[in-house]
Amino acid sequence: MNQQASRYFVPDPSHFPLVGSAALFLLASGAVLWMNKLAPGPYVVLAGFVVLLFMLFGWFGRVIDESEGGRYNKQVDVSFRWGMSWFIFSEVMFFAAFFGALFYVRVLSVPDLASAEQQLLWPGFNADWPSAGPKFAEQFTPMGAMGIPLINTLLLLSSGATLTWAHWGLVAGKRGQLKLGLMLTIALGLIFLSLQVYEYVHAYQDLNLKLTTGVYGSTFFMLTGFHGLHVTIGATMLLVILFRVMAGHFKPDHHFAFEAVAWYWHFVDVVWLFLFVVVYWL
Amino acid sequence: MEATHAHGAGHAHGDGHSHHPKGIMRWITTTNHKDIGTMYLWFSFAMFMVGGVMALIIRAELFQPGLQYVQPEFFNQMITLHGLIMVFGAIMPAFVGFANWMLPMMIGAPDMAFARMNNWSFWLLPPAGILLTASMFVPGGAAGTGWTLYPPLSIQMGIGMDMAIFAVHILGMSSIMGSINIVTTILNLRAPGMTLMRMPMFCWTWLITGFLLIAVMPVLAGAVTMILTDRHFGTSFFSAAGGGDPVLFQHIFWFFGHPEVYIIALPAFGVVSHVIPAFARKPIFGYTSMVYAIASIALISFIVWAHHMYVVGMPVAGQLYFMYATILIAVPTGVKVFNWVATMWRGSMTFETPMLFALGFLFLFTIGGFTGLVLSNTAIDVQLQDTYYVVAHFHYVMVAGALFSAFAAVYYWLPKWTGHMYDETLGKWHFWLSIVSFNIAFFPQHFLGLAGMPRRIPDYALQFADFNQVSTIGAFGFGLSQLLFLYVVLKAIRGGEKAAAKPWEGATGLEWTVPSPAPYHTFEEPPVLTEAKGHA
Repeated sequence: MNQQASRYFVPDPSHFPLVGSAALFLLASGAVLWMNKLAPGPYVVLAGFVVLLFMLFGWFGRVIDESEGGRYNKQVDVSFRWGMSWFIFSEVMFFAAFFGALFYVRVLSVPDLASAEQQLLWPGFNADWPSAGPKFAEQFTPMGAMGIPLINTLLLLSSGATLTWAHWGLVAGKRGQLKLGLMLTIALGLIFLSLQVYEYVHAYQDLNLKLTTGVYGSTFFMLTGFHGLHVTIGATMLLVILFRVMAGHFKPDHHFAFEAVAWYWHFVDVVWLFLFVVVYWL
Repeated sequence: MEATHAHGAGHAHGDGHSHHPKGIMRWITTTNHKDIGTMYLWFSFAMFMVGGVMALIIRAELFQPGLQYVQPEFFNQMITLHGLIMVFGAIMPAFVGFANWMLPMMIGAPDMAFARMNNWSFWLLPPAGILLTASMFVPGGAAGTGWTLYPPLSIQMGIGMDMAIFAVHILGMSSIMGSINIVTTILNLRAPGMTLMRMPMFCWTWLITGFLLIAVMPVLAGAVTMILTDRHFGTSFFSAAGGGDPVLFQHIFWFFGHPEVYIIALPAFGVVSHVIPAFARKPIFGYTSMVYAIASIALISFIVWAHHMYVVGMPVAGQLYFMYATILIAVPTGVKVFNWVATMWRGSMTFETPMLFALGFLFLFTIGGFTGLVLSNTAIDVQLQDTYYVVAHFHYVMVAGALFSAFAAVYYWLPKWTGHMYDETLGKWHFWLSIVSFNIAFFPQHFLGLAGMPRRIPDYALQFADFNQVSTIGAFGFGLSQLLFLYVVLKAIRGGEKAAAKPWEGATGLEWTVPSPAPYHTFEEPPVLTEAKGHA
């Protein structure tokens, strides 16, 4: 194989795509069964998760082997950068749908339900946000911004700083700083998630604020819930990166996996800042 | 196959990837863009047949007033599945198939940027197809909401609705991964010298289509997720009692849905921008303006969505804004149509099957565009919305636009794929049967709509009977004509006149510099691009 031919990298045939499709088919059909309270649902979902984990371990394991084996050249590296950027853009648009829904209900649908035309249908409805809609009879307390959410904002912002500090360590060849920075970032992420769980329990038990609390509960829990899911995924990815660092992976000039996860983590940070302002604060 | 590879000299195989598994495992494990393109195209044709049978069930029921063959619930399910399957199962995968086959060859790349993920993008389609088709056989049947899945109906549907939602999720993942792949390939794997403004037009249309897909498929995923949580977890996104609004869904859906129209149309434009110059034997007129027109269409498509919902209740200012913005799209689209016409001006034209389909596209898509202009007028739309006029309009765009362009692409590139020329006589028969029966099927629907026949109903008033009968006869003719297409393609695969590397005299581009059939691996070394080999 001469130098010219190695300019291009095309991976060998792989069975993991089909395994991944089987996993998603199991997850989807299991979820359909489960949501409709049909008996095998949870087991099918569980099977789907097992197959998905098998696929993720196998596929990413393969990619890591190829990367550490030096089979990725500069062009592959640039492809990964484009790929990750576009993936994060797609995630931005996913959150945009839910932020859009929040703005719509706050600016249009809730005020409209209290308008003069709607008085016949919903007499006496008051459109003050947070609102659970005209038919919601129970009392609930909205989630305040300045307690746990503020602490969580500070936690995530510092985790972005520790991650950048870890990256500096990686680039400078200071592996100790890299490990410490990663551990701190993961720890901050996990504390964030624990506080989020505590906040949810508090909302359900003390504030009577639930997913079913009208459109306020819907937007609050769906936005913060999807964000929490992304923090979980990000923390998991950071953990994988930490294990790889422990195993001696990554070089100062060749560590895109680290950077990709860092980009993802910063993206999750930025989403939180928007959440903090428009869901909790304003 | 490597031995016949005439390109470059003295290169060795990289990474031993000329050894691929045989039989079914070849297709399951492949990382080859041509294999994956072939699978996309066959899957698309299979779904085209399934969706086509559903269309014929609809047309058979509408042959006469009164209920003949199916119950209204089943009719609604056919309407829904026909739409979802044709949009997500037939048209989109067809153009992703063309992209897979042709893009790497056009830009001088060895394969797609993420070859393994490419295969996953394809293999996500069958599970989604299974979920959609199997949903007909569960209690309550498939979703009967129409492909737009509007609440509150979609919140009241049975288990089939959940299957449709998850099918849409999986199709969305497939589209997003496929688009990231295509966009990255175009941005990063072009051969040296292939600058962006020297790319063939098909690459430009797919670059921008990929961007649109990455931007709007996640929004659709969000919309159907909200339907799912409203159905099963007690959220109130689309329920006024909880402070939500069913109209909210329509806004989110059409924020996806309008760019989706251009996701289907832009690659079709790209194909036509190759076929017309090839058979007019002239370079495309106004390459740069074509690129800017594509980009403008794509950007404007994000800000016009509410023209699908004029009568849902919005302020006059909103109606006016969406009307003007929609009419604005006619400008870049007009630029494209005039450029195609100018390309043919004083060209040395011949009328092989690909050219016939491209010209059919040009005429009929323009009609579809004009009826679109009519519908964009709010005042007229108040009368015409939800009538057969709308059905006629988007079938002129989707069938005579996207599908005819897909046929043009198949005939144009079939020699490159199979190494054989297709049967020109039968190809022309396919074209004439298709275009005549298409117009018999869909042109009368304009009159039905203008006369007030509502869409999505299994029964109608007596005065609509004549045009409906004509339309049904045309639809069956169109459906049967496609069997001829299958026969022509199979015949070309099995044999026929040997195709030269460049079977079309006026064709330009890198894909015609490699032998026909194209070798399994095209460019293991980047081809050298000279001025003469610039864009089509």
